[in-house]
Amino acid sequence: MSATQRTEVHAGVGQNRLIRYLDISGLALTLITVVAAVIWAFPLYWLVITTFKPEFEVVRPYIELWPEHFTFEAYLHIIANTKIVTWYINSIITSVAITVGVVAMGAGCGYAISQLRFPGRTLLWWLILASFMVPVQALIVNHFVIMSGVKLVNTLLGIILPQLIVPVVVIVYKQFFDSVPRDFREAAVIDGANEFQLLFRIYLPMNWGVTTALAIITFIGAWNAFLWPFLVTTTEAVMPVSVGITQVQDAFGIYYARLLAGAVMTGLPVAVVYLIFQRRVTQAIMLTAGVKG
Amino acid sequence: MLKSRRNEILVAMVLIAPFVAVYGWLFIYPTIQMVRLSFTNAPLIGAGDWIGIDNYVRLFTDRIFKTAVWNTLYFVILTVIPGTAVALVIALMVSRLRGWLQAIVLAAFFLPFILPVTVVYLIWWWVFDPQFGIAQYIIEPIVGQPVSVWRRPDWFLPMAALVTVWWTNGFSILLFLAGLRNISSEIYEAAALDGASRWQRFRRITWPLIWPVTALCLTIQLILQLKIFDQVYLFSLGGRTNTTMVLVQYIYEQAFVHNKGGYGATIAVALFVIVVAVSVLQYQALRARGAR
Repeated sequence: MSATQRTEVHAGVGQNRLIRYLDISGLALTLITVVAAVIWAFPLYWLVITTFKPEFEVVRPYIELWPEHFTFEAYLHIIANTKIVTWYINSIITSVAITVGVVAMGAGCGYAISQLRFPGRTLLWWLILASFMVPVQALIVNHFVIMSGVKLVNTLLGIILPQLIVPVVVIVYKQFFDSVPRDFREAAVIDGANEFQLLFRIYLPMNWGVTTALAIITFIGAWNAFLWPFLVTTTEAVMPVSVGITQVQDAFGIYYARLLAGAVMTGLPVAVVYLIFQRRVTQAIMLTAGVKG
Repeated sequence: MLKSRRNEILVAMVLIAPFVAVYGWLFIYPTIQMVRLSFTNAPLIGAGDWIGIDNYVRLFTDRIFKTAVWNTLYFVILTVIPGTAVALVIALMVSRLRGWLQAIVLAAFFLPFILPVTVVYLIWWWVFDPQFGIAQYIIEPIVGQPVSVWRRPDWFLPMAALVTVWWTNGFSILLFLAGLRNISSEIYEAAALDGASRWQRFRRITWPLIWPVTALCLTIQLILQLKIFDQVYLFSLGGRTNTTMVLVQYIYEQAFVHNKGGYGATIAVALFVIVVAVSVLQYQALRARGAR
């Protein structure tokens, strides 16, 4: 409801004093909202601004909202003295592999369950739905046993594999493929298209938005993953950046500017992805929460 | 016709094969193995002996396990309802705004959600630093002295909960905003014509109509927070962990630190049972509430 509409509605009631009162309280609410947002985001600002201060400014006994001596020293130091570049490459490789794997397997499986008849279809569907009951965190011990059995501890593949189980992606794809009109399918079949052509020429292209949304949220999730990569990596050379930066602290003690520069570099890719694809991220969150939209 | 039917099955098998293989190998198999392992005294890597229900007997007399259960429940109480309430308030405030102001304010509230937990941990480790942290400017006037919050058992979980709400609330805010958008503005206009106050409009229109979303947020948050590990583990680094132990952390401790795979699996089974029981109970409760 726009401001003019609101005025009309209240003017209809004919209580002029009430209008003025409501507008003032509306303005006050807006102001409170903005102040709350500023307070909420302040730790993020404080994070970023601290990284541009020299260490002696960081520990000054008063609040300094802007650095007196603006410097990139913390970033240069962390790039030169830690394995952060390696961690970055590890994160990119594992996150991209997980994203491609999860989306490809989800689309294929979702398509089969939605469009094809095969023995075990109902059982598979129920197993996927039931998987919500099992907390993946409860499986860490056995995942580690399996990974060490196939000698994948401390490898990138070992980080990737257990993160490939994302049943919700199958569910989302099935729902969207279900709602593609049958006419498209029948027309294509008459033209001689086989199942793979149907999937890649009709069903996937018609749902590119869903694929993009799921890919983005899977990528963010994989980049941010902590528990499993933390368990399966013990040497710095194979750590992803989200695990790696916890090692920086041990190496330096508390030099906050450097420590936080590592944090900014870790969070930057996902923050940028979010700011570019805001709408898709929102859509993906709705989808994975079970709200189709 | 028979050929095309066989063809369809073949195509289906090819399409589901990767997912089924990974799912069977890394989800169903370890779930079964977890239960089997919990009846043995196996180390993390290697074989162990079948010891029947010894691990479960031990679980019931284990003081740290009891602490871990209580702490996890305490953490759930500290985060789920307060977090959802805060998210609803924020969503109500954001939904009043329009245009670029709404976009910026929403981004400010949502941004923490997409950050990795280690970044969140480093931010708040710095904010709460006992010597130089800016939070001490608030804590000191109230308590009378700076507080090393991550070394104080009484402060630890409430502050970890605060950080968690700050971090994860963007998710619930988005769900609430979508729900609020679905409430027709005509209802509010009619109520305004009848002279309903802001509070009446919230109590009589918004609250009942938004309830399904509230229930969804509560459910998702509850299950999520039962599985808490990352923040609690990271904030407790270098301190004594036994007093602030949570369930997943105890699985990790037993299996990976003390090399007791069998007992770790037993705690994992306990977590599994708690998660299933709570989901079922909550589903029933919410359905009862919704039917009223």
